[in-house]
Amino acid sequence: MAITLKVNGRSHTLDLDPATPLLYALSDDLQLNGPKFGCGLGQCGACTVIVKGQAVRSCVTTVKSVEGDDITTLEGLGTPDKPHPIQQAFVNEQAAQCGFCLNGVIMTAKAFLDKNPKATEAEIQQAMSGVLCRCFTNVRMLRAIQRYAR
Amino acid sequence: MKLNRRDFLKASGGLIVSFSLRAQGPLQGSPPLNQLDSWISIAADGSITAYSGKEELGQGISTAQQQLVAEELSVPFNRVKLIYCDTALTPDQAHTSGSQSHPANFNTDNLGQAGATAREALFRMASQKLGVPVEQLTASDGVVSGGSKRVTYGQLVEGKKFSLALDPKAKRKSPSQWTVLGKPIPRPDLPDLVTGKFEFVHNVRLPGMLHGRVVRPPSVGATVANVDESSIAGLPGVVKIVVKKNFVGVVAEKPFQAIQAAAKLKVMWTPGPTLPDPATFHDSLRKQPSRDTLMVDSGDVNQKISGAATVLKATYLHPYQMHGSMGSSCAVADVQGDRATIYSATQAVWYQKSTSAMILGLKPENIHVIFRRGSGCYGVNGADTVTYDAAILSQAVGKPVRVQLTRKDEMAFENYGPAYVIDQRASLDPSGNITAWDHESWSPGLGNRPGTNRPGNIITGSLLGFPPADFAPRSPAPPPGAFNNNSNGVPSYLAAGTGTVQSGRVLTHAVESRFFTGPLRSPARLQNTFAHESFMDELAARAKADPVEYRLRHLRDARLKEVLSAAAKTANWETRPSPKPGTRRTGIASGRGAACVLYEGDNGYTSLVAEIEVNQDTGKIVVKRMVAASDVGPISNPNGLRNQVEGGALQGLSRCLGEEVTWDSEKITSVDWRTYHSLPLGFEVPKIDAVLINRTEGEVMGAGETSITLVAAAIGNAIFDATGARIRQVPFTAERIKAALAARA
Repeated sequence: MAITLKVNGRSHTLDLDPATPLLYALSDDLQLNGPKFGCGLGQCGACTVIVKGQAVRSCVTTVKSVEGDDITTLEGLGTPDKPHPIQQAFVNEQAAQCGFCLNGVIMTAKAFLDKNPKATEAEIQQAMSGVLCRCFTNVRMLRAIQRYAR
Repeated sequence: MKLNRRDFLKASGGLIVSFSLRAQGPLQGSPPLNQLDSWISIAADGSITAYSGKEELGQGISTAQQQLVAEELSVPFNRVKLIYCDTALTPDQAHTSGSQSHPANFNTDNLGQAGATAREALFRMASQKLGVPVEQLTASDGVVSGGSKRVTYGQLVEGKKFSLALDPKAKRKSPSQWTVLGKPIPRPDLPDLVTGKFEFVHNVRLPGMLHGRVVRPPSVGATVANVDESSIAGLPGVVKIVVKKNFVGVVAEKPFQAIQAAAKLKVMWTPGPTLPDPATFHDSLRKQPSRDTLMVDSGDVNQKISGAATVLKATYLHPYQMHGSMGSSCAVADVQGDRATIYSATQAVWYQKSTSAMILGLKPENIHVIFRRGSGCYGVNGADTVTYDAAILSQAVGKPVRVQLTRKDEMAFENYGPAYVIDQRASLDPSGNITAWDHESWSPGLGNRPGTNRPGNIITGSLLGFPPADFAPRSPAPPPGAFNNNSNGVPSYLAAGTGTVQSGRVLTHAVESRFFTGPLRSPARLQNTFAHESFMDELAARAKADPVEYRLRHLRDARLKEVLSAAAKTANWETRPSPKPGTRRTGIASGRGAACVLYEGDNGYTSLVAEIEVNQDTGKIVVKRMVAASDVGPISNPNGLRNQVEGGALQGLSRCLGEEVTWDSEKITSVDWRTYHSLPLGFEVPKIDAVLINRTEGEVMGAGETSITLVAAAIGNAIFDATGARIRQVPFTAERIKAALAARA
């Protein structure tokens, strides 16, 4: 059926099974590279997008449930030439190894800090406790998030 | 016609390339290692392209390689473009693995030597062109100058090849001359990574590409009895069901259609043999037929130990652990007729080429494997197996197919880092010095990386009917061969290696595993070092000696001593025996532990001091600080090295505290992030001090597996220091720590 998704400020009408997880519509139909399939179970964060200001796991969110909502992906924050300050903070801290988790880390941190701009270090740690980086770039990533928070 | 690399590059910009290539005839093989043109080309406009057989997995090696070429050619970093791991374009350097990329390309062969050979050739050409002697020429920013005369690299080469062999005598720049190498140059891939522009293998999209999904056996060793194709008749988008021996997969038009079809496809399986009982698993390894190897044997160990007044014995246990890559593995293959183009995150594109040829029944020369980065891989995750999946499914439909594994398929069938049982025995003289050390280990193995011709070493190849590498029991072990401590089986303190103890024996028993195994980061080295460095601490405690001083007393390698002292100094190590005096037996206790090793016997000096707190009521550990010192020769990029040291320390912490592959009587049960316990991004992350000792002379060593190798020992030693309880089984779960605390005298 026809489903209209509003992604990064643009509307796209797609012919989709309404039960399709949002992630597949973003990666396959809209060919976005930001959101990633990590686990498909909502356990690792790799697929995170921001829907109406909330960090949402797109691998376990159906397209039907977010139809018409404002969806922001990593691409919607900034570009290599004009990165968003949180993206720039990760570049400044050289906070990556393979980089596969960056989408989940950045989108989760942004959604949290937008709502909690005065979060303490411990609160940020807690907010990031449902996100994985299996290369374990924790030190730099948490520093980048702090840098953006300040 | 043969397509040369220059034509190839003109079409660059990723995917267009493979189509033009397929349309135009036989593939060119990998260029030879001994020819300069295989490594470096300079275009008429002066732009420099370097080719490497060592790939970027996230470890920062592409940045360092780009620095290396820029340095040797005296151009800015950004002037060099680096292409790596494409079987049609780049020299065949086998695997990117084993912390070998840095030694392979930065010492006296390969990429670095190509840079120096090119620079000397350019100087000779410039000398001729300008009429100025070579020794009066200088180069900067791609321009060679002599007095008032100047000529650019582009003008010298005129778009031609060098047609020169690598010159082993070409003079390399010394670290004291470096202006690009040795600097903390930022990684050029980050702006694209943080904005979602970067193309992982997961993002490769070919025109007309279909989506495949595999249906793996529900239990270990199960075989296909029957596939009921009618069970998914009428599902939208399904293109084909593919069954080959025990391989089952489906192809559909869209990813979600493939997922639904695979979930609904009815497959009857015949179960495999019952799995070993986890409760008695480690002990059962001792009773299996084994392939025995003596790494060292001074011949007098039993005599020394039986005659000694003080003898210590201890057994250490390590579980199977997994790579558990963040993204489940993915590949895209386009197999049409007798040719294949394959996008893979494999750590060995050339071996993927030769083994894909075997599973597809095609000629290797007709297969083009192109590396695209996947989710972090630490040895052999699902990248190779999913590449076979995509290739088989693409061949069945004659169209490009993308396959991504489910989380469960990734975790239930990967090549795990093997379990270990390690018995240690040692004797001490009356002053507490070690007089003999006896080490005996048992470790299960099955399969490995596929290598040149063993697709059956990983799950898909096995399901397709290819056997894994042979297992040939051998007992007793033959006498030791030439000394080699590649697996760190030999403790650092034996005279055969880096120490002073003359009497030693290291006997290993390889036994068969029911699960596939492979080289997970610091393979065997991590498990052996956990046992050695924990046991060394036990010996120090028995001798009532300070653990650092006791290590230094039994080491003779000056660099290993220096790296250990450096970490101790930065950590303000308090010289005294463990455990810490005056510790209470309840509540929070704090302590520190040290460990050190020369990784692989010749590939990176490393030491670690961990400072921890143990809650003796709950068994919970908080690591407050880790000081990790490294001496890996001349440092190519200090920021990249720090990143590897930090990441290794924390990955080691996760493996030490929680990671353990589990199973029941028929299947693996650690199949997601609720059942396989990784540390998350947000936790009380210890402060990490990376102490880098920069040698400006000597060989470059590996740095990717140094800090991780020491974590479990340093933490276990810190627990002992804090509490007097010794923990000898990884992972150090709260239950095991409480059991160790309860067992204190």
